[in-house]
Amino acid sequence: MRIHCPYCGERPAEEFTFQGDADVRRPQGNEPSQMDEWFDYVYLRENPRGRMKEYWHHSGGCRSWLIVERDTDSHEVFGVTAARERKLSPQRKRAS
Amino acid sequence: MTYSVFSLLKNAVTGHKNWAPAWRDPAPKPAYDVIIVGGGGHGLATAYYLAKVHGITNVAVLEKSWLGSGNIGRNTTIIRSNYLFPGNNPFYEWSMKLWEGLEQDFNFNAMVSQRGVLNLYHSDAQRDAYARRGNAMHMHGVDAELLDEQGVRDMYPFFNFDDARFPIRGGLLQRRGGTVRHDAVAWGYARGADSRGVDVIQNCEVTGIRIEKGVVKGVETNRGYIACNKLGLAAAGNSSEVAKMAGLKLPIESHVLQAFVSEAIKPFIDGVVTYGAGHFYVSQSDKGGLVFGGDIDGYNSYARRGNLPTVEHVIEAGVSMIPAISRVRVLRSWGGIMDMSMDGSPIIDKTDVKGLYLNAGWCYGGFKATPASGWCFAHTIAKDEAHKLSAAYRLDRFKRGFAIDEKGMGAQPNLH
Repeated sequence: MRIHCPYCGERPAEEFTFQGDADVRRPQGNEPSQMDEWFDYVYLRENPRGRMKEYWHHSGGCRSWLIVERDTDSHEVFGVTAARERKLSPQRKRAS
Repeated sequence: MTYSVFSLLKNAVTGHKNWAPAWRDPAPKPAYDVIIVGGGGHGLATAYYLAKVHGITNVAVLEKSWLGSGNIGRNTTIIRSNYLFPGNNPFYEWSMKLWEGLEQDFNFNAMVSQRGVLNLYHSDAQRDAYARRGNAMHMHGVDAELLDEQGVRDMYPFFNFDDARFPIRGGLLQRRGGTVRHDAVAWGYARGADSRGVDVIQNCEVTGIRIEKGVVKGVETNRGYIACNKLGLAAAGNSSEVAKMAGLKLPIESHVLQAFVSEAIKPFIDGVVTYGAGHFYVSQSDKGGLVFGGDIDGYNSYARRGNLPTVEHVIEAGVSMIPAISRVRVLRSWGGIMDMSMDGSPIIDKTDVKGLYLNAGWCYGGFKATPASGWCFAHTIAKDEAHKLSAAYRLDRFKRGFAIDEKGMGAQPNLH
């Protein structure tokens, strides 16, 4: 599996560290009434078979956080963007 | 038919032409009392104990592929009960006790071999952690021995004891641990369930779960709709996908774990050994191949095959532990999909949907748990309540703050 880092070019996957689902959203506040949101954020995962957006860290390279869109069934990588360039909607809905 | 030395002799003199199939190949009936989704070890064991212990025989096990095509035939066949936490240890020890009587119980040779499981340590801190674990095991009535370096040298003199970075200082040994022929576990449970009236239905993929007013009614399959009163999910790596059909989102990620077998060599390692420095575990099969594995690849996957960096890492760890195997050739490698839970511990529980039960989250420790998992899941389905041995494995434990995190890694499934 090779990942095309926007800064370093195509690099082998062992240079990267996997963090997980990039579509989970950290709740904005920490009120007791938001318990369910936090539970969802920390513990529950869509875990799709097929396309998935994931955070990968180029820990053995430029140390940038990346969003990799990948197929969990075939390991095909569709696209890589820098996580810092991601535009989050004000409502912090799930990214499309 | 009961298998015995007499049945073997009788069939030997008739040229082995008259053996009956070990289980039927039934077509699905329109309705069952209980349907189990997943014809792997846990699903088949559940059906077996539902029939044998609870007398519930109007049961179907639905398997989308052939019987035992998933993780029951993809693991490294290790059994052990060397767990630390109270929620885990009695459960896995019951599993070990069931292993010890399993072949007589289901009349099938599963080649249960209590050859011992040895976990090596390399430092004072690791020794202390293993001493603590061994003491916890003793307090639960489980056997454990802490070996010093000489104790390990007596068993395996060819290990790399004097490595500068990871010297081997000793190990924690559970002599009752060992290996089991994994395919025979699936076959033995299937045969035992089938002979008690359970329908084991292969090539029957569940494509939907019908729920009306919060109550399970049945499943849609590629062989038509099948009604049921109770539905148990035991789909391992596919748990999230199956649970989605019932509207559930699980605390699980699916990851690929690779395993390997070498060419056959003469008798070399007579037990199961794990390396504390890297994650590496090895035993030798009766055919002579070294069966070994390491960590999961570390990224979400449903692919049943991994990538080469993990292959390289596992083999480096193996050669670091046993330099003598450096020229042994790898014969095969394969992958299985692990249902990695958020705390590294499994889930056996009811769900919010009436009549829907969940058995999932086995990470890469599901094989050793097969008998107890079936035992407790059958109890949960039959009695509609948790078994006392699996009482800690509730689905809502994450929300309540009762995670069982043996490894202390937090909610990061690829680190468990």
